Amino acid sequence: MSKVNLEIPEVAIREVRLGSITGFQGSAKELVDCARCGKLKDKSRSFSQCLGCSTSIAACTTVLIQDAAVISHGPVGCSSCLHEYEFTYRVNAALREVKNPTQRKIYSTNLEEKDTIYGGIKKLESAIREVYKRANPKAIFIITTCAAGIIGDDVESVANVAQEELGIPVAAIFCEGFRSKMWTTGFDAGYHGIARKIIKKAEKKRNIINVVNFWGSDIFGKWFREFGYEPNYITPYATIDSLEHSSEAVATVQACATLGSYLGAALEQEFGVPEIKNSPPYGIAQTDRWFRELGTLIGKEKEVEEFLEKQKEKYMPQIEELREKLKGKTAYVTAGASHGHSLLGLLQELGMEATGAAIFHHDPVYDNEELDSDTLQHVVKDYGDVKNYNVCNKQEFELVNVLNRVKPDILFARHGGMTLWGAKFGIPSLLIGDEHFGMGYEGLINYGKRILETLENDEFVKNLEKHSLNPYTKWWLDQEPYTFLGGAK
Amino acid sequence: MAGIIEQERYTCAIGALQSVVAIPRAVPILHSGPGCGTMIAGFFERSTGYAGGSTSPCTNFSEREVVFGGTDRLRNIIKNTYKVLDTDLQVVVTGCTAGIVGDDVASVTEEFLEEGKPIVHVETSGFKSNNYVSHSNVINAIIDQYVSRFEEENPKRSEENLVNVFASIPYQDQFWKGNLREYKRLLEGIGLKVNILFGPHSGGVKEWQTIPRANFNILISPWYGEAIVKNLERRYEQPWFQFGYVPIGANETTRFLNGVIEFAKEQGAKIDEEKARAFIAEEEHAYYEEIDNLATFLLEFRYGLPNHVHIIHDAGYVVGLTRFLLHETGIVPKEQFIVDNTPEKYKEQIISDIASTSEKRDIPVIFNPDAGAVQEQIRKIQHDGRGLIIGSGWDRSLAKEKDYDFLSASVPTPYRLILTTNYAGFTGGLRVIEDIYDMVLATYK
Repeated sequence: MSKVNLEIPEVAIREVRLGSITGFQGSAKELVDCARCGKLKDKSRSFSQCLGCSTSIAACTTVLIQDAAVISHGPVGCSSCLHEYEFTYRVNAALREVKNPTQRKIYSTNLEEKDTIYGGIKKLESAIREVYKRANPKAIFIITTCAAGIIGDDVESVANVAQEELGIPVAAIFCEGFRSKMWTTGFDAGYHGIARKIIKKAEKKRNIINVVNFWGSDIFGKWFREFGYEPNYITPYATIDSLEHSSEAVATVQACATLGSYLGAALEQEFGVPEIKNSPPYGIAQTDRWFRELGTLIGKEKEVEEFLEKQKEKYMPQIEELREKLKGKTAYVTAGASHGHSLLGLLQELGMEATGAAIFHHDPVYDNEELDSDTLQHVVKDYGDVKNYNVCNKQEFELVNVLNRVKPDILFARHGGMTLWGAKFGIPSLLIGDEHFGMGYEGLINYGKRILETLENDEFVKNLEKHSLNPYTKWWLDQEPYTFLGGAK
Repeated sequence: MAGIIEQERYTCAIGALQSVVAIPRAVPILHSGPGCGTMIAGFFERSTGYAGGSTSPCTNFSEREVVFGGTDRLRNIIKNTYKVLDTDLQVVVTGCTAGIVGDDVASVTEEFLEEGKPIVHVETSGFKSNNYVSHSNVINAIIDQYVSRFEEENPKRSEENLVNVFASIPYQDQFWKGNLREYKRLLEGIGLKVNILFGPHSGGVKEWQTIPRANFNILISPWYGEAIVKNLERRYEQPWFQFGYVPIGANETTRFLNGVIEFAKEQGAKIDEEKARAFIAEEEHAYYEEIDNLATFLLEFRYGLPNHVHIIHDAGYVVGLTRFLLHETGIVPKEQFIVDNTPEKYKEQIISDIASTSEKRDIPVIFNPDAGAVQEQIRKIQHDGRGLIIGSGWDRSLAKEKDYDFLSASVPTPYRLILTTNYAGFTGGLRVIEDIYDMVLATYK
């Protein structure tokens, strides 16, 4: 049965839809081997720290659309961190040639105690009208919160009625924090709303390729133009109009399968846009596979081979140089799922040794149900097993424990707050915000240079190590890192 | 019915967990949905402290806890917090989920209390209030459930020169660390001993234990925090001295310190008045040496300086900055906007504090937590001359639209990094001046 169902208002959470888990201890190969044989069981923790939830992630898929408005239906705190997207939007606008980045339109229905008793529907209705008047958006997205979910407000009906009244799409996006242990469910929720209410059936095809990504540099533009195509970036800096017409693309690619799994599958299954199933192009083997699948899909196999040949010629000497310098250096990775896998591939491609990984969750399969999309499986096949591969659900206490034992030469992190602990232990730590930075042959050089720079310039972390605060007990640092996983203790 | 809020400038009740983070070696334990901690961390930024942010334990409510209740999970998390984290005080704060399903948190913390653990619980469901209000609830919970255990060793009002200070709300006031340090320095300068309670210059939980000993309390705020000094009055019969806004610059800081001296004398504190006045005089002297030096620049700079200002901030800063800027820099306050959701009963006093800024001008003040609507209003206002907007990061683009100068001085803001800078006091006034005119001069390229 298809994982994508646009008939229902609420997307099924990842735990249910994909069988995703947030706790695992073992090796990468063990995880890959047991992922699709029905033996993968999630484990819970008897100690846990603040996690993050779907609502801000659903906001990530909607707030950055140029001409949309977003209403958080909940108490004022549930939209507190969304101002960060206003900054992102301004800072990276130039990368998408948006000359005058406009203020992000973010509202809270500001639910209060009496609303939890009498319901918040009236507030939501008047909020939608006020937002329409104030912002004149091309579409309104309503993101839900724990409070709205538990009191049982019928947000879907309100959205549908408002859509009729205002004549613009009004999409309810169900992303209550308590529903899923994986905040990535918020991506699925956002894309589900977009697929249901925004994207239209195509009447013609155009030479565009959808790219489901964040706000990284425009590498796909450079690549696709070689073959006569333009990227259609989804959803940051998209417009409601460009999203409506994303069905006209000849293909969809992902910057990260954890991010775009649902939308890629929805575009293929519901709108006839084929998806490149292969994991994103990080590392040489994966880059080649990815480009070849693209070539087959657009009927440019020969051109792709020539392109790859040129890439090798241009970049391999530099890659070899970097490999020489990085040989034998050890690295530990902490990141969300698919991008974390890509980083493991990338660093091994550069001749480094992956001493372990703390990856936030694991999807045994993606919405397209294709083996080729399983990034970890490619990494294990291309570079061998990764010992100490753990699914950690962004639990800092476990990372701190592991880093204290493993002491890698460098820590790679993808999410905020995690590099701090590398640095506190005097470990050079690197976080790259641009998700496209490591892609392709040139990406290996980009990353390799930054790794060398980070390893070289370690004076700051060495000094921090001497003076940093550590709230963790000695007892904890002496325990096995996964002591609290599986309900023990 | 409270309407929508665009571009919120404060957060919900659970945001007051940052007041726990601000107490050295204290930890908030969140009994809440998985995202609450991240929302708060993202709102304030760079606000982890000792054990906040991703370090704070959280029950991360899932569907299971919503249906069956989360007290068992909370018990486990608390038990293991003692194993994993080395902390002096644990404050369990609750989110909307726990609030709506009605978990009996007190019965869980009670179990740890019986073992003698320094644990406190407080309801902070987001829908209950905002962090301005909830700050007082958190502090009162610590007083009622923790400080009260040390009353025997700390007889009420037993130290005549000791005062407790309640002023800046940690993190909500970005300048809290610097302001509290400055208040402490100034009050010690006039001969008092100070429990400053938050930040690196406080003595942590040991200092909190001595709260009952204080002779009286000082509240520097138009309204938030009033519930704390009222609670302390009930508990320990401590009277309080209130100063209704942030004292910025010489006029207001001197007024504040003179007020404290008078009040302290009435309460029987031993103040060496001559020494205290000498301290103030020296501070004033140092301050006016700078203003004197600066006056030429303010009067003669040929290439344009702002002549009027709109401030979008909480009541304490709007009043404090309005009074300061008019008299001590000559920048004329025009329409001012208070976005802290001020309760009705305090508005009159705030309006009167603004009105008394100047006898010859009317300074309109607008109360509205919907900062997006405030921006709409400012877009339509026109005054002659070069304008200045003081507000949060959201207001930077508004200033750009209007071709105004902009100073970031409120949360949330990604455009400014504040470590230990203070805006309160004599030195704080000078810093405001530096910040405004540095920013103005930076526009000349």
